[in-house]
Amino acid sequence: MQKSKLGLDFNKVAEAKRLAQSIAIPVQQFVEGYTTVTVERTLCRLLGIDGIDANEVPLPNILVDTLKEKGVLNQGVLFHLANALIETGLNPQQIAEQVSEGKLDLNRINVYSTEKREAALNPYIKQAIERISANRKRRENYIATLGGGSKPYIYVIVATGNIYEDVIQAQAAARQGADIIAVIRTTGQSLLDYVPYGATTEGFGGTFATQENFRIMRTALNEVGEEVGRYIRLCNYCSGLCMPEIAAMGALEGLDVMLNDALYGILFRDINMQRTLIDQYFSRAINAFAGVIINTGEDNYLTTADAFEEARTVLASDLINEQLALMAGLPEEQMGLGHAFEMNPELENGFLYELAQAQMTREIFPKATLKYMPPTKFMTGNIFKGQIQNALFNQISIWTGQGIQLLGMMTEAIHTPFMSDRAVAIENARYIFSNMKNIGDEVEFKEDGIIRKRAQQVLEEAIELLKRIDNEGLFSSLEKGIFGDVKRAKTGGKGLQGVVQKSAEYNNPFIGLMKGETTI
Amino acid sequence: MSGGQYSMDKKVGDQTLDFTHIKPYGDTMNDGKTQLSFTLPVPCTDEAIEAARQLMRKMGFENPQIVYYKELTPGFTFFVCYGSCTHTVDYTTISVPKVESTVMSMEETDEYINRNIGRKIVVIGASTGTDAHTVGIDAIMNMKGYAGHYGLERYEMFDTLNMGSQVLNEEFIAKAIELKADVLLVSQTVTQKDVHIKNLTELVEMLEAEGLRHKVILICGGPRISHELAKELGYDAGFSMNSYADDVASYIAEEMNKRMHG
Repeated sequence: MQKSKLGLDFNKVAEAKRLAQSIAIPVQQFVEGYTTVTVERTLCRLLGIDGIDANEVPLPNILVDTLKEKGVLNQGVLFHLANALIETGLNPQQIAEQVSEGKLDLNRINVYSTEKREAALNPYIKQAIERISANRKRRENYIATLGGGSKPYIYVIVATGNIYEDVIQAQAAARQGADIIAVIRTTGQSLLDYVPYGATTEGFGGTFATQENFRIMRTALNEVGEEVGRYIRLCNYCSGLCMPEIAAMGALEGLDVMLNDALYGILFRDINMQRTLIDQYFSRAINAFAGVIINTGEDNYLTTADAFEEARTVLASDLINEQLALMAGLPEEQMGLGHAFEMNPELENGFLYELAQAQMTREIFPKATLKYMPPTKFMTGNIFKGQIQNALFNQISIWTGQGIQLLGMMTEAIHTPFMSDRAVAIENARYIFSNMKNIGDEVEFKEDGIIRKRAQQVLEEAIELLKRIDNEGLFSSLEKGIFGDVKRAKTGGKGLQGVVQKSAEYNNPFIGLMKGETTI
Repeated sequence: MSGGQYSMDKKVGDQTLDFTHIKPYGDTMNDGKTQLSFTLPVPCTDEAIEAARQLMRKMGFENPQIVYYKELTPGFTFFVCYGSCTHTVDYTTISVPKVESTVMSMEETDEYINRNIGRKIVVIGASTGTDAHTVGIDAIMNMKGYAGHYGLERYEMFDTLNMGSQVLNEEFIAKAIELKADVLLVSQTVTQKDVHIKNLTELVEMLEAEGLRHKVILICGGPRISHELAKELGYDAGFSMNSYADDVASYIAEEMNKRMHG
């Protein structure tokens, strides 16, 4: 039996998990009946379809949009591709090119038997699975030979807009001690219903996530990893309207960490809830198979709601995110559940509450590679105080054994980080992580003290909240604004038109293969 | 560059405070002491330190001191420096345009609108363009407000809609027409390469093209925005850091009144 430093009742933790599971089950049942345009484009990409037409429209979009216009996307892109493979003898890329050039009409192709379709698709499916497995082995091999840094992994962002400039910044950060480099995406990319193509040098507040940019950065980090003797992980963002596509591109290029939250897009990008929940399932199955650590975005929930009063929503969401991730086949070790509570720094004993909640989250998700993140809401431009705020969060992180420490920048809310901002932040974290390394083993929390009581209270409140969501259903709860005070309609938001109910012919063999339930 | 242009052995000069010639204060009046840090794209060598010192002199600092330096990565060296600023400004002749309104409490504003306008004022707000941050618009509009200042949603005499982030200017204007908005609030939090200026300018141009510009009170806000900049861009008012819902609400009420009753 796990022993709690906070006097948490693990029966209550089990109850919370049961409730979260009960919330997730109907969502999962809903999800399995549907596909989306980005799920279908993902299948195109996994089968090797890439590139753009003369108008820079990605070929996966052309193929999927064609089927959607004809009202046959419910059968799935693989159904049509398989028939075309048999009939034309071409490969998937050639078929996509012919469709984009108007030389091939997928609607005028004979339908072949299930066995023949499977046989036609299998070599391409196998290729994708083997490529992703090889990337995973490459990572494991690097970590076995070079080492992969010690936890909390130091996570910093680069965000110049130019992938080649990002490389300079990322390699500098790795030399300074960063373990994970996240290439922030250009603002607005999450709302694009396609993934841009090629190496890019222009972006606002970040750099476009493209498969080529992934490849450029992964190569650069391999280089610097060998130089510094530590495997440097690469992080990008699955959130938005292209969750599974970005997951697939990341899997094909050997990314290591990906933002992937079941609810974030709904709450903060006003993406339709049906769309996001369907998309997150496939994207997480891909992340799981690729050995990618997902990061969830709960640390952002409380930028709108009050962090002290609404702490329970963070825990409740972590629990729901965990259950949905388990259903997608994601092992707990690959769950970078996000937390941290952006309490007003003026709050008396705020540090104690943060510490209590960080320890609580650690104990409730003992195997997870938890992601901890300092505040952004209360960064004021006073860089001197900001540096201390970040230091306090670094202390909590080492104290409570967090998995990933997303480093705050003292210049948060001023500009995307300079090279020197990052260096100062890494120095801060390394100093604290070394200087306070074993504090968690040494210090116990007073019985009936502020810290223990706070943790117990947040757990109790989260259970109450989960009961409400369970009665209400997740969709309806989101409509009522239970998370972060944000209300979203089930049929509102962006991307609903890309949701399609599956027909009887529909099959996505990757799900079974990636979850290890089937083999080729 | 030699140090000859600036006298290195200058004694501490006049220590009287002169508002027509102010300069930074360290611990002695007119010492001009300033701290700054920057990175130069050169390896960390004696020449790099000298380059930093020379740059400080070119920036107008006497007695530049490089108190810390470190190579961040091969070819980039970071410096922390102190120097005495040689420049002064005339504080007495400075005048900065400000939003002119008396700040009222929520109850006073509601009362004021009720008495002078006689109907609810329709306010729509958004973080427009590529900006994904809602912190600013939420602080002003959300029921809860920020730092103890209730947001516009809580006011009885405002009908509000917070459209959230990444709202296109087109969408924003369409909503303004649909709701017959009296007031448009635009928030721009994080910016890169001055994208917020382009975006704010575009909104003004689109409103003008639609013939709407004079029909609405157009307000922008954000940490990089000043009232002066807002006016320059064609906005009625701009609110920067340390402005709260009551500042914005009072301004809206008074400006509406001014427009209706001259």
